[in-house]
Amino acid sequence: MAEYGTAVHEASRKAMSAWYDRLAAAAKSGAPTAYLMISGNCVEILRAFDIEPVFPEVNALQLAIRKQSLPLILKAEEMGYSSDNCAYVKADAGFTFGEGAPGVGKIPKPNFIVCNFVGCNVYIKWFEHCSEFLGVPLTMIDVPFVRSDRPSDGDVRYVVSQLKKLIADCEKATGKKFDIDKLRGICALSAKAEDGWQRCKDLCKNTPSPMDAYFDAINLMGPINVLRGTQDAVDFFDVAVREYETLVKEKKGPIPIEKFRIVVEGPPPYPFYRQFRDLFAAWNAVAVQSTYSTVGGIWEFGFRHDPKNPLESIAEQMLMENLCNRSLLDRYKQIRRYVEEWKADALVIHSVKSCRLFSAGQGDMRDYFANELGVPTLLVESDLEDPRYYAQAMMKNRIDAFFESLEHRKLLRGAQ
Amino acid sequence: MEISATAVVGRTSQAVEQAKAIVSAGLAPVLKRSDAPAFGCFPVYSPYEIIRAAGLLPVGLMGAGASIDIVHADARFQSFVCSIAKTSLELGLQKRLTGMEGAVFHSICDVARNLASVFKRNFPAMHIEYIHLPQNAAGPETEDYLVTEYRRVMTGLEARTGRRIDDAAVAAAIREYNRPRRLMRELYAMRSKEPERIGAAELFPLVRAGTMLPPDEHARLLESAKEEFVARKPRRMDRVKVVVEGAFCEQPPVGLIETLEGAGCYVVDDDFCAGWRWFSTDVPEGPDPVRQLARAWLEHGRASSTRYNPDNPRHKDLVRRVRETGAQAVLFMPAKFCEPALFDYVIFRRELEKENIPHLMVEFEEKMWTFERTRGEVETFVESLLFD
Repeated sequence: MAEYGTAVHEASRKAMSAWYDRLAAAAKSGAPTAYLMISGNCVEILRAFDIEPVFPEVNALQLAIRKQSLPLILKAEEMGYSSDNCAYVKADAGFTFGEGAPGVGKIPKPNFIVCNFVGCNVYIKWFEHCSEFLGVPLTMIDVPFVRSDRPSDGDVRYVVSQLKKLIADCEKATGKKFDIDKLRGICALSAKAEDGWQRCKDLCKNTPSPMDAYFDAINLMGPINVLRGTQDAVDFFDVAVREYETLVKEKKGPIPIEKFRIVVEGPPPYPFYRQFRDLFAAWNAVAVQSTYSTVGGIWEFGFRHDPKNPLESIAEQMLMENLCNRSLLDRYKQIRRYVEEWKADALVIHSVKSCRLFSAGQGDMRDYFANELGVPTLLVESDLEDPRYYAQAMMKNRIDAFFESLEHRKLLRGAQ
Repeated sequence: MEISATAVVGRTSQAVEQAKAIVSAGLAPVLKRSDAPAFGCFPVYSPYEIIRAAGLLPVGLMGAGASIDIVHADARFQSFVCSIAKTSLELGLQKRLTGMEGAVFHSICDVARNLASVFKRNFPAMHIEYIHLPQNAAGPETEDYLVTEYRRVMTGLEARTGRRIDDAAVAAAIREYNRPRRLMRELYAMRSKEPERIGAAELFPLVRAGTMLPPDEHARLLESAKEEFVARKPRRMDRVKVVVEGAFCEQPPVGLIETLEGAGCYVVDDDFCAGWRWFSTDVPEGPDPVRQLARAWLEHGRASSTRYNPDNPRHKDLVRRVRETGAQAVLFMPAKFCEPALFDYVIFRRELEKENIPHLMVEFEEKMWTFERTRGEVETFVESLLFD
């Protein structure tokens, strides 16, 4: 008998803790580390030089979920950051450019900063500030935004040329010679973890879904984005797939009776993760898919890193195979596919003030899904990092009203 | 008391009045022109020459200020999104862009990028283009990338208009646009040297009129203005020379600029309509004009909060401009909710404090219509500098 989530959560926690331990050790020993962003990242290249990646976004997430973000945000605002700037950046800036907050672990000062500019313009500002304040050199990887169905050959060439420059920078920083075969091996490990990712997501097509693909996807996102290209990530996904397959066989899921299947768009309100989740659990609603889980990569539609063409496939993931570098209209297509193939009853849009990449224009998204496609759609607003923008009572009212009407709709349909 | 630009410089200019009338009329007359269909250019920079070479008239799709009430766009974009995105969309939703052939958006910020998608879905009759301007000026293949990007845009415009864009047409457009750009550089240099000769609230409509005119008409307007300015015999007042930075996308109401001047500032440099004054030199008129445009963007483009360029960091460039113009202070004037400008404030402020350059933040919104608070803040700031 499987107990929902326990093994996956534990395996994820263990793997991520080991990464934090490696960072703490690097902070002590001076082993090479580099800053990197989550979205469409090129962690495989850093791994080829045994450079441990540091993700300021994960730092910001941890600060929010541990309810430590607000004092750091305020500190950043004293430094000149605006109340309208992304609070992920502000929490990290307050932490990194200050004396650090307790409980997150020792994060090393990086040897260099790799800005994988994949969609989010704030990435550039964030890492420029890190480079300026920490006095650490920055390597910019400019990834052209996807402007048509597929990236052009010119786009791929442009990104690959910058990856080669990154490789040269890594050689210089570590004194190691680039080994293409080592990179091929790393890409093979990435592909295995990606198989596991797709399998976990596919299993959510079952009723009941064995996983909440929004709230519990965080257990998968750490290993796939941070640890991709390692055996640890492969092992983690073996555990996850095993657990979710068992749950499917036993017809179990995150809640005893799955009543509503939803797709969720937008990042969660990390400072109120549990409270927000409970508002959906109260209605026996399970997220069967989420866009937020694909900020790093969209592997559920089949993309894999290719050991035969490592650089080109890394470029392809950066260009195309992640949510952030695709247009809003591509996101509509992705969500539509989720609603249809994962058989969802509704779409919930959580609009966060911090991240305009996600949120700007979500009113248009609501219009498209509700009015053009007839998918019941709820749009609620708060923030992913700044607790000042979350209002529990208002959130509860909106969510309750939405599910009441959804329930009514189901009843009516059942009666017909 | 309403303070106007004429009160600051002490006389009127026919060319400025003409420019103001063009700006106040908005896009409606532009969309009715019979010589070339209008093509909207969302800020900051667009390769205007390519659009012009396609037989179109590049015009600024730069919001609508207080000239439009938001009725529909608030339902598409949230309260924390800048006004320019909403008023630009509102123009379309109220069918006030009818006649505009298409529009181009660029990789300047997350809002602009999503706005391109919203335009595409809501206005299927328009040709919506998105240009990814490179953020890695130092990259090994950046120039080739940008040439390919411009060629891709050309192919799309050719398909739309059914008219081939040859290099000769691009070269001709470069020649056309070099003229107003050169004149704008001259006027900016003149004002920087003698701010008492040209008011900021005069230069602003002259520049902005260029976002609604063919380049030859704009050049004629600027030439007339130049003649008038040269003929003036102004008297310098006891005012503080400032560089205004941050209004490169959404544009402030002219009343705000008049307020700055009325509060005791001589604006000696600014980044209003930055994309239309992008280059520090003419674009070379040599062979392979598309490559010339791409190279000019990389080598002679201005430092901007919307581009990363390690060879010319924005905070260093700001200090350089302060020193070169002899400014005593910087006024940061970001549009409300403008992330690129607001993020840069942190770095700018740090650098200016290192260099002992006083600064003041004056946030604005294109729709603002009362300036009393700003006037009070700027007056206090100016007095603190004058009587220091």
